[in-house]
Amino acid sequence: MERSGGKRLMKLFFGMLYISAFTFGGGFVIVTFMKRKFVDELGWIDEQEMLDMTALAQSSPGAIAVNAAILVGWKVEGFIGMAVSVLGTVIPPMVILSVISLFYRLFADNRYVAALLQGMSCGVAAVIVDVALSLGKNVLKTKKWEHDAVMAAAFIATFFFKVNIILIILCAACAGVLMALKDQRGGG
Amino acid sequence: MLLQLFLCFLQIGAFSIGGGYAAIPLIQNQTVELRHWLTEEQFMDLAAIAEMTPGPIAVNGATFVGLKIARIPGAIAATFGCILPSLVIVSLLALIYRKYRKLPMLQSVLASLRPAVVALIAAAGLNMLLQIAFGGKSPITFNQADWMNILLFSAAFYALRKRKWNPILVMGLCGIMNLVREICL
Repeated sequence: MERSGGKRLMKLFFGMLYISAFTFGGGFVIVTFMKRKFVDELGWIDEQEMLDMTALAQSSPGAIAVNAAILVGWKVEGFIGMAVSVLGTVIPPMVILSVISLFYRLFADNRYVAALLQGMSCGVAAVIVDVALSLGKNVLKTKKWEHDAVMAAAFIATFFFKVNIILIILCAACAGVLMALKDQRGGG
Repeated sequence: MLLQLFLCFLQIGAFSIGGGYAAIPLIQNQTVELRHWLTEEQFMDLAAIAEMTPGPIAVNGATFVGLKIARIPGAIAATFGCILPSLVIVSLLALIYRKYRKLPMLQSVLASLRPAVVALIAAAGLNMLLQIAFGGKSPITFNQADWMNILLFSAAFYALRKRKWNPILVMGLCGIMNLVREICL
């Protein structure tokens, strides 16, 4: 138990370190990469729980990546898992930023750096679209029209009307409460 | 000074809900307007670097300001301040989640949140795709289309979806291919 726990901690730490070191862009990017690693590759977390964690990370104060790392860490290996996971997430940006801030003028105006970053953002967009498609398919598979409706409404609200994300999550939660009440009345 | 850094980023960590774009105005308010640690120009540099480098914007901001004010101890104090509210609040939420996730009411709420989260991820992806393909301008016209980016995206999408390649590998390869194109052309 001890040994396998240690192994898991190592995997967790280096997994987070790796993801955090190479993931540009906002919180959804890093959550997408975490899903690929901890749900698809290692199978430590099921897809539903990863989505729950994403909602929690998104609606709590602080950086989404750090929040998600805390939730994944607790889930995988308790308190120590949480500490290890957060360290793995925070160390790469601290080191990289410290180095770059020494010569940032050079870095910011360099056309090769810009080309590299632009190419990478194409790859990131592909990763997110790929994961979103898989997740969306799984929602449709459950064949609950209420959930399809929530998904469609949330997409329209955020994509076309730029509604605040916290508000969307709150509304989805309210829809969940209503569905529970309806089920209770229907069942009892 | 370290304590001040810690307290400053504690506030930023506690009040930025919804990720990096919520943190940017808070960092500006705290470090430029209230405490005069950075000039407006330095802050613009900070925002640009924070966006170009990996990692959460708040953590990047904390490292940048901390380094400037008090070297490495400053960076550590500021970063710790920035993540402490998350550590407390999100850990509490994790405990609550594990204890009560089986309750029917919470089950129903979570079941309804999941499709919403999927929609948010999909919208984030689509926005990024529009950004790289058309430069994020509206209305979208095909004259502005960046075909090189669209080609890269399509190749990456194929590698991920049909060949199940590792996403970080795909991302790195895209960067390198675009860099090679920049050098050759």
